[in-house]
Amino acid sequence: MQALPDTDAAASRLAAHQVSLGYGERPVVHQLTLQVPDHRISVIVGANACGKSTLLRGLARLLRPSSGSVLLDGQSIASLPSRQVARTLGLLPQNPVAPEGVTVVDLVGRGRHPHQSALQRWSREDEQAVAEALELTDALDLADRPVDELSGGQRQRVWIAMALAQQTDLLLLDEPTTYLDVAHQVEVLDLLADLNRQRGTTIVMVLHDLNLAARYADHLVAMCEGHIVAAGTPAEVITEECMGEVFGMDCRVVDDPVTGTPMVLPISRHHPARPTPEVSR
Amino acid sequence: MSAVLSEGPDVDSGARPVAPVTTTSRPQAAADAIAAVRRARRSPRRRTRLVVAGLSVALVLVFAARTMLGDFTITLPDFFRILGGTEIPGATYILMESKAPRAVLGVLVGLAFGIGGAIFQSSLRNPLASPDIIGVSIGASAAAVFAIVTLDQRGVAVAVAAVVGALGTSALVRWQAGSVGGNRLVLIGVGLSAAMLSVIQYLFTRADEWDAQVVLHWLTGSLNRVDWPTIRVLSALLLVLLPVLVLLARSTRVTELGEDTAAGLGVGPRRSDALLVVAVLLVALGVAAAGPVAFVSFLAGPIARALNGGRTTLLGAGLVGAVIVVGADHLAAYLVPDVNYPVGVVTGAFGAPFLLWLLATGRTSRRS
Repeated sequence: MQALPDTDAAASRLAAHQVSLGYGERPVVHQLTLQVPDHRISVIVGANACGKSTLLRGLARLLRPSSGSVLLDGQSIASLPSRQVARTLGLLPQNPVAPEGVTVVDLVGRGRHPHQSALQRWSREDEQAVAEALELTDALDLADRPVDELSGGQRQRVWIAMALAQQTDLLLLDEPTTYLDVAHQVEVLDLLADLNRQRGTTIVMVLHDLNLAARYADHLVAMCEGHIVAAGTPAEVITEECMGEVFGMDCRVVDDPVTGTPMVLPISRHHPARPTPEVSR
Repeated sequence: MSAVLSEGPDVDSGARPVAPVTTTSRPQAAADAIAAVRRARRSPRRRTRLVVAGLSVALVLVFAARTMLGDFTITLPDFFRILGGTEIPGATYILMESKAPRAVLGVLVGLAFGIGGAIFQSSLRNPLASPDIIGVSIGASAAAVFAIVTLDQRGVAVAVAAVVGALGTSALVRWQAGSVGGNRLVLIGVGLSAAMLSVIQYLFTRADEWDAQVVLHWLTGSLNRVDWPTIRVLSALLLVLLPVLVLLARSTRVTELGEDTAAGLGVGPRRSDALLVVAVLLVALGVAAAGPVAFVSFLAGPIARALNGGRTTLLGAGLVGAVIVVGADHLAAYLVPDVNYPVGVVTGAFGAPFLLWLLATGRTSRRS
């Protein structure tokens, strides 16, 4: 990790500087410094309870740091008005819950909340943003369906559509692929990659699947016990040594035959490595 | 945002092909999409309007029944003549001093309880987390009884005591249960509710003089002891709350998505707390005027939601509350000849089975 240049906010609108986060007395993230590269997909990986979701919550201002600060456009995010933050930075929590009976278009429309006021409740821009979000997520056909009736994959697309309707330059997602089968995981990640490519939206997400993380990340951050162990391109971060340090697990790293990105093959007690690995990097 | 949208990423990402933004390159598709959004938005909105209109009509009807029917019938022409100032012996007194104030108070209290309850239920995302179940109403009542019996207060001071009691009880529940509206909060609330009930009973046993009507008023709620000054004070205070409510109610659409999502959309916990405080005030004022009318807050929200296709509607909940209170008061007054039950006895009789049904069908907490 480089040290944070305070003055140069252009390359990184969102950054954490020496930030410590926790719940009550229990610190989870310790003095962490991170720059989120603009217009890139950053993926945070790490073992369970390593603080990756906590870090994401801190970046999204859901948690107030006990020390250090999260900077958005060079200003401490805690000092900015909530509405302004919500127009710049969107968040999709891990298991969002749709209220009963809400239709897709209603839910997605709620993403427009930070753009509305008590007097200006629903404008043409809102309409346009919702239509665009539904189109991008291929959810236009679902517009009048109740969210509770949708399948898991459809539901996740709708939630992403809500975050898109918010029209933020930065989008944070906490495990957007949980509970989805592999086809739907790829579909959701492709959608996010489209968003990043077409609109330049900066994406930060927590993912569990290392191989998908390696495929989709421009910038990969590996965390362990509240610290960043390594950050950089997937090829730089996903190495046998680093994965050993992060997950406490022996593994082989090979080239993904489909994409050429690094691919992690765990070595378990029941499946020790073969003596002459032909595919090792 | 728009700069990024129209120009695409202003980065030197040579390796990365920048695809055109789909919606601008296909204007027809974009227009179709907007039309689809409009269509999809129309039917739920129409349904909400229909629900509000239907409930308004229902409220007018129960109001008319409450004021004109019963043991003393007042004809429609007489009703308007009396309102116009004509003295009709007997009828004028019965309408203006008994029936009309009870009906008007029923409407006000029902609106306050209905809206207050729906705010609790939707913000805490649990239909059981309504103020009459988690002890807020009984807390308000206990403080009001304390003000009357121990401090010998009347009028506005009682309302102030009710507000203090309601805020205190909510703060206690919140402090004990945290911000999550789970069943832990409900259980703590039920416990506090029982404690507050015993406080009321204790205060009455210590009082110099008390009668069953007064005790019932503060235990289950009643419109029997109403007068115009109470109504004037209540409507003035509710009018003060109205603009705050309108301003904050917009955020219920977001707070019911959960704390994290709401915060992501710019509605922090402080704003949803402010809305809950408004709900507490609504309930407290209702209690100060009519006692903790049993189960109205609890019933109104879910009924309005069921009518509205499962979606929250605060106005609908308020109207349902008003219809329940006025209708139940009519039943309470005339169901058994010569016995004037407090309204809370009837709402309690309907509310309890509904509570059991809600528990039996497992609809107490929505998927979380």
